[in-house]
Amino acid sequence: MHLATLKAINEARREGRGVVLATDLNNGDERLIAPGGVDALADAAAKAARADQSMTVDAEGRRWFLSIFNPPLELVVVGAAHIAQPLTQIGMLMEYRVRVIDPRVSFATPARFPGVALSHDWPDEALAKQPLGPRSALAALTHDPKIDDPALAAALNSGCFYVGALGSRKTHAARLERLRAQGFDDTMLARIKGPIGLAIGAKSPAEIAVAILAEITAALRQPPEAVRREA
Amino acid sequence: MSAENDDPLLAAEGWLAEGRKAALATVVKTWGSSPRPAGSRLAVRDDGAFVGSVSGGCVEGAVIEVAQAAIADGKTRVLEFGVSDEQAWSVGLACGGRVEIFVEPVG
Repeated sequence: MHLATLKAINEARREGRGVVLATDLNNGDERLIAPGGVDALADAAAKAARADQSMTVDAEGRRWFLSIFNPPLELVVVGAAHIAQPLTQIGMLMEYRVRVIDPRVSFATPARFPGVALSHDWPDEALAKQPLGPRSALAALTHDPKIDDPALAAALNSGCFYVGALGSRKTHAARLERLRAQGFDDTMLARIKGPIGLAIGAKSPAEIAVAILAEITAALRQPPEAVRREA
Repeated sequence: MSAENDDPLLAAEGWLAEGRKAALATVVKTWGSSPRPAGSRLAVRDDGAFVGSVSGGCVEGAVIEVAQAAIADGKTRVLEFGVSDEQAWSVGLACGGRVEIFVEPVG
């Protein structure tokens, strides 16, 4: 590996940018592949990055190893609700970078959320300052349309891999109507998981957090059609 | 991102900055129940010091020797190891896997 390549990879990792290194296993030739390329190798690199799986591939008549350096996973929790406490703790155990957004200052306190990045901005402002990326998951937990709706709109307009919203079926139907009125079509709205979490009969806040993180894990690791949800 | 003392790529960059030489060993393919997934790395310094792992201990000794040879002659190599039952048992790992490891000098 060239020193320049090594430095570029370490710099990308420090800055939280994703990068793929392709190495020719016969002679050590290497290429750094940024997202968005169009040739066979870039295509394979994009697939491997999505799968978060370093692997060997054949392209251009050569055998390459694709090293995947993905940015860290991010869990954005909107609403410093009761459920948010176990959700952020378990999220950190799963090595997500976790932040909580809640403009209600008395809810999002360091005492309730030790070690978690807290923002007291409104969600649309917070998500404009620090946008969601393809490795981000957003869970909206407040039940308050003033707070949840702008967060969901920002999430739908981003390329984040998971959007979920807490609330009953009735609450969720009303939410979808409001977002439809803002111009989101059914395909977009179908991306919102609501009621949030896999249907495992979760009752306590920690159990609901497990159901949410199980659903997030499924969205990350399985193709969408393979995600099992009870009707 | 973890610190230089347990991150192979940061360690390798640090060693070169200190004027040392280094090589990287990377798991590129696994078969069966191998101990470390593709993409796992070991950084080896010219004196044999190392950071990271490619097998959880079974083949590191052999890989470090090959890495030092790569530092000496500047050439890349592809190694293949079967993880024998005996070796696997001795470090408490599932047995029967095989790993392919790419070794390259840095710089």
